[in-house]
Amino acid sequence: MPETALRDSQNSDASDVAGYRVPYRVFTDPEYYRREQENIFQGATWSFVALEAEVPEPGDFKSTFVGETPVIVTRASDGKVHAVVNRCAHRGALVCREVRGNRPNLECVYHQWAYDLEGNLIGVPFRRGLKGQGGMPGDFDMKQHGLKKLRAESIGGLVFASFSETVEPLRDFLGPIVIEHIERIMCKPIKVLGDQRQHVHGNWKLYAENTRDPYHASLLHLFHNTFGLYRSTQTGKSVMDANKRHSLLYSIAASNDDAADKQAYGDSRTFDTEFKLQDMSLLKGRQEFDDGITLVILAVFPNLVLQQIQNTLAVRQTVTRGTDGFELVWTHFGYADDDAEMQAIRQKQTNLIGPAGLVSMEDGEAVEIVQRAIIGETEAESYIAMGGGRAEDADHLVTEGSIVGFWENYEKLVGYGTTS
Amino acid sequence: MDLAIFERLRLQHLATELNAIHAEWIDDDRLEEWPELFTDDCIYKVIARENHERNLSLSAIFCDSKGMLVDRIISLRKANIFPVHSYRHILGPTRVVSEHELKITTQTNYTVFMTRADGRTEIYNSGKYIDEIDCSGERPLFTSKVAVFDTNVIDTMMVRPI
Ligand code: FES
Ligand SMILES: [Fe+2]
Repeated sequence: MPETALRDSQNSDASDVAGYRVPYRVFTDPEYYRREQENIFQGATWSFVALEAEVPEPGDFKSTFVGETPVIVTRASDGKVHAVVNRCAHRGALVCREVRGNRPNLECVYHQWAYDLEGNLIGVPFRRGLKGQGGMPGDFDMKQHGLKKLRAESIGGLVFASFSETVEPLRDFLGPIVIEHIERIMCKPIKVLGDQRQHVHGNWKLYAENTRDPYHASLLHLFHNTFGLYRSTQTGKSVMDANKRHSLLYSIAASNDDAADKQAYGDSRTFDTEFKLQDMSLLKGRQEFDDGITLVILAVFPNLVLQQIQNTLAVRQTVTRGTDGFELVWTHFGYADDDAEMQAIRQKQTNLIGPAGLVSMEDGEAVEIVQRAIIGETEAESYIAMGGGRAEDADHLVTEGSIVGFWENYEKLVGYGTTS
Repeated sequence: MDLAIFERLRLQHLATELNAIHAEWIDDDRLEEWPELFTDDCIYKVIARENHERNLSLSAIFCDSKGMLVDRIISLRKANIFPVHSYRHILGPTRVVSEHELKITTQTNYTVFMTRADGRTEIYNSGKYIDEIDCSGERPLFTSKVAVFDTNVIDTMMVRPI
């Protein structure tokens, strides 16, 4: 009888080929999700929580999340931005139930414990009891019962928060390349244009991969490629910070060469010369930056993308919702000094991005078809090798190097091994 | 019957019917015909209630010409990748809010159910239409259609018009 031992066709005999592999179980096993909350989101990292422009005035607050943990971002009377866990120090109720607003202090509705905007406990009803009865114990110390505070720091109007006492300062965590590109986009006062929210039925890390992946953008997104908003043939780079946590991907649309690009893409589905727009005004933008860069995807570990696509500017925040879901919150903005024409350009170009975006709606489906295919798979691994399969910078856009960088950090923080 | 009331009922009927056709053509995937319900320089906007109520302009879909509606549909057919799905609109009564020289403003509540390839049907998007309809021509047309949706979190993506 011939040998019929089943080989794992996913791992197969390709194990000698250079490339990076990620076990699919990290996207489905709750054990990893639990460790991510602890070691990444509650660990020695900085998560994006708000734009300063969302809480411009003292008393302004915004409810958001770090990982899955509910957090309130406030601007206190000292003018500084603070972040606290949205959980009452009494018996754990949500203190802040609205998405946003303005209040002189934070008050829990359950038993009306009141906190100042920095999270310090300032009032407990019936603290001394009523008619000599009840009341809190004599040694009750208000100072011990504030809301749990996070560290909060901002750069260029982007507010980050951390649960860690020991994490490096935000500037060091981000590194010079990320700071340079935050400051490039946040170069003057901004105006928030609104929010878009999208629930994707897939693991949050699939989106972290997606936003570090210049390889897919012209192959999945026909609109990008056909209209030359993004092509892998463009002049651009895919680079990381020194720790390879974060990824900067940028490209310059002026480098398009339609004839040569057509050859490069051959008969690819996504280079469609037949597709013409009836209303070309959608693509009539304005050059805003002297460097000619028309697309920036700055993926900041663990939960932020800062983006410029043509004249659209936005932050995208990832909120984890279990192993197989995450919410993506897009906050679009322009500059405070945008003239009427620029405002109109931005409004029209919002058609390009977000959950209904002509160049971005595909990413939700890309994440979901992976999640659906890897269900129940405990051993098989993905194979990441475009550009060499190592966490290396590239001065071109035919690489998956930054994805490997993400995973090397993940391995350090969470690990691939199971405890069971 | 009071003539004014009769005229109001006539306009309400025209608006109700136009909305019914709008829903029907989208649900039946007659998307190539859908722009024909709009004037050439129409506005078509799908906006989250949380933005609309803050007077923020940011919309999921924003078109300011019939050409842009056509482009959305061509993009859906030729460019975009999305989960296989269909819509079913359920419309509430249409109320005429105001009328001026056969140009009316109306409001209609709607719910869109989505059915995915696995056969499950879920509430996808719920909100209200604020419409401006020109009833002075041979058939009524939307000069503006704004769908303000309560469902601030969009499930996966939005590619079909609401
Ligand atoms: S739980 Fe907040 S006051 Fe009791
Ligand atoms: Fe993408």
